Amino acid sequence: MSTPALELTGLTKSFGKAEIIRGIDLSIGKAERHAIIGPNGAGKSTLFNLITARFAPTSGTVKLHGEDLTGLQPFQINRKGLSRSFQITNIFPKMTVFENVRCALLWAQGYKYSFWNLVERSRRLTEGADAILDQINLLPRHDLPAGMLSYAEQRALEIGITIAGGADVIMLDEPTAGMSHSETDYITDLILKVTEGKTLIMVEHDMGVVFGLADRISVLVYGEIIATGKPEDVRGDPKVQEAYLGAALEEEH
Amino acid sequence: MSDQITTDPSKPAQRMRAGSMTLTLGPWIVAAILLAALPFIFTSNSGLTIMNQMWITVVFALAYNMLLGQGGMLSFGHAVYAGVGGFACMHIMNASDFFASMPLPLLPIFGGLFGMGLALIVGAFSTRSAGTVFAMISLGVGELIAACSVIIVAFFGGEEGISGDRGEALPFFGLNFWSQIEVYYLTAFWVFISAVLMYLWSRTPVGRMANAVRDNPERAEFLGYSSRWVRFYSFVASGFFAGVAGGLFAINYEILTEENLNAASSGVILLVTFLGGVGFFFGPILGAIVFTLVQTVLSLETELWAFYAGSLFVATVMFFPGGLAGLIMMHVPPLRLGKLGVLTVPYIKTLIPAAIGILGLCSLVEMTFHYRHAATGDHEMTLFWTTFDSHTILPWIIAGAVTLIGLGIARTTAPALKEAWNEANTAGGKR
Repeated sequence: MSTPALELTGLTKSFGKAEIIRGIDLSIGKAERHAIIGPNGAGKSTLFNLITARFAPTSGTVKLHGEDLTGLQPFQINRKGLSRSFQITNIFPKMTVFENVRCALLWAQGYKYSFWNLVERSRRLTEGADAILDQINLLPRHDLPAGMLSYAEQRALEIGITIAGGADVIMLDEPTAGMSHSETDYITDLILKVTEGKTLIMVEHDMGVVFGLADRISVLVYGEIIATGKPEDVRGDPKVQEAYLGAALEEEH
Repeated sequence: MSDQITTDPSKPAQRMRAGSMTLTLGPWIVAAILLAALPFIFTSNSGLTIMNQMWITVVFALAYNMLLGQGGMLSFGHAVYAGVGGFACMHIMNASDFFASMPLPLLPIFGGLFGMGLALIVGAFSTRSAGTVFAMISLGVGELIAACSVIIVAFFGGEEGISGDRGEALPFFGLNFWSQIEVYYLTAFWVFISAVLMYLWSRTPVGRMANAVRDNPERAEFLGYSSRWVRFYSFVASGFFAGVAGGLFAINYEILTEENLNAASSGVILLVTFLGGVGFFFGPILGAIVFTLVQTVLSLETELWAFYAGSLFVATVMFFPGGLAGLIMMHVPPLRLGKLGVLTVPYIKTLIPAAIGILGLCSLVEMTFHYRHAATGDHEMTLFWTTFDSHTILPWIIAGAVTLIGLGIARTTAPALKEAWNEANTAGGKR
């Protein structure tokens, strides 16, 4: 069996006495689309922050393609091919849409901290950024300051920035939060398109999106994963229905 | 002008990038011609001295804005890097054997290297975070090094400072730089080169990421960049150009003292940069020009120039946070809409009375100052080519009336200006 794209072992996180993540073991295969669901306050975003080193875990390890990420900074993890979006839109609001994407390409294209290259002169950068903008349908917004985009467009831009660097593990934190039905459909299609062949891990509340996108689902309740499996198995799991899904599914139907 | 702005929107490369600058040669050619031509317009020695001071301030302010405007780092001690660069240049000037084998125009490079060296050391620990922590460290280090000027006398020369003679350098194509005009062209050459290099820096990957880190350091981290190292590189580059400014100061004045290092100098450069506007590359250039004029020309007219400079600064911060550059760039949207003309008459109706009112206010300030501080028995003062007795009531009434009427008219016409402004910024009509 090949090494999983992402492997969590015994991951815990406490803030003071409050134990938010209480021992998570999870293995996500290459090119798998994995959704993490759970009621509010279950620790989904905290789990994301632990994986991407926004917070340091209290114990346990995170392995990316078999490599231990302990002690690495977020920028180092990003360079290893893991990229994430945020629950609250996290873009560069004063820069243009184009520049947002171009910034996301700089490291991936090997420019590092160079001061002997001019960004305007690089066709690879300009064309690369335009290609991403085309993919996320924001080409007409090319020169607008990113802060002036509509909410759905900002979310799309955030996904664009997240995937631009060519990371093969993409983590999206509630990509459709606060969106209308049509906007949700737009983002769902977008996610399907841009994560083709990549490992996707996402936190999502919208069950329509989850069951439409995910190959496997993990259910997180009070900092523990109570079930992991194919969507139909998770849906049938009595523990899940009791803890969370039942209520959510009732709402859906 | 408008041709430049309305480019073909179907070609992405030609589109104006909002809030950023395209690589155009035009402004640089104009700047180069101006730099070369100005000594033919202002031929006096004092004119050359003022311009030299202006260009030195331009280099320093641009270097400072690499931190403040582009990197979002507020430094309260940046004079230290210019000062140390300048002191190093003075010591090179005094190292006669070495200096005699080096042409003078190369000296600012050494200033830059020493400024950069210090920035490498300080930046290694100060750039870990931006915001208050960075500001406090910069203040602390600034005070520390300024205090060293009386402790490490060998380098800083104590209270007298260090002086030297630029004429000892290896002649540069027969030039000894004894005359002011030769020094002018040396300074002008360096201000041009430094400005071009700093502009190009802002277009490089590390320069672009400085903007990104300023706006959202966390996002930058998740794009593979360490915000700390991005800040560090900006800081070091800024230290280099501050050192170049220090080197130019050394060449011009042939003396450096504690004044070049202290918190007051650091404060001035912050003021200059903010006055010009941190949001645009040319902002600090404007700020340096305006401030130097206030400092030199206005100071010949009144002892209270610093008071007016301070008032100008406060007014800028309160009403035009974008600085003078922001004020100018506010007019680009009306210009693009072809509606700049709508503003002309309201501007005249408001700004001229306001200017007269402010001059009246300044008269009151000057008269109060004269009343309180002139030598006893000296009741005569001259203001706006009029000589009068500051201890009689009539001048006070006139100045007070001018102030009230001027500002009063400006106040009544201000709503019309505001309306015209909204109209000028709304698409429609002619378009």
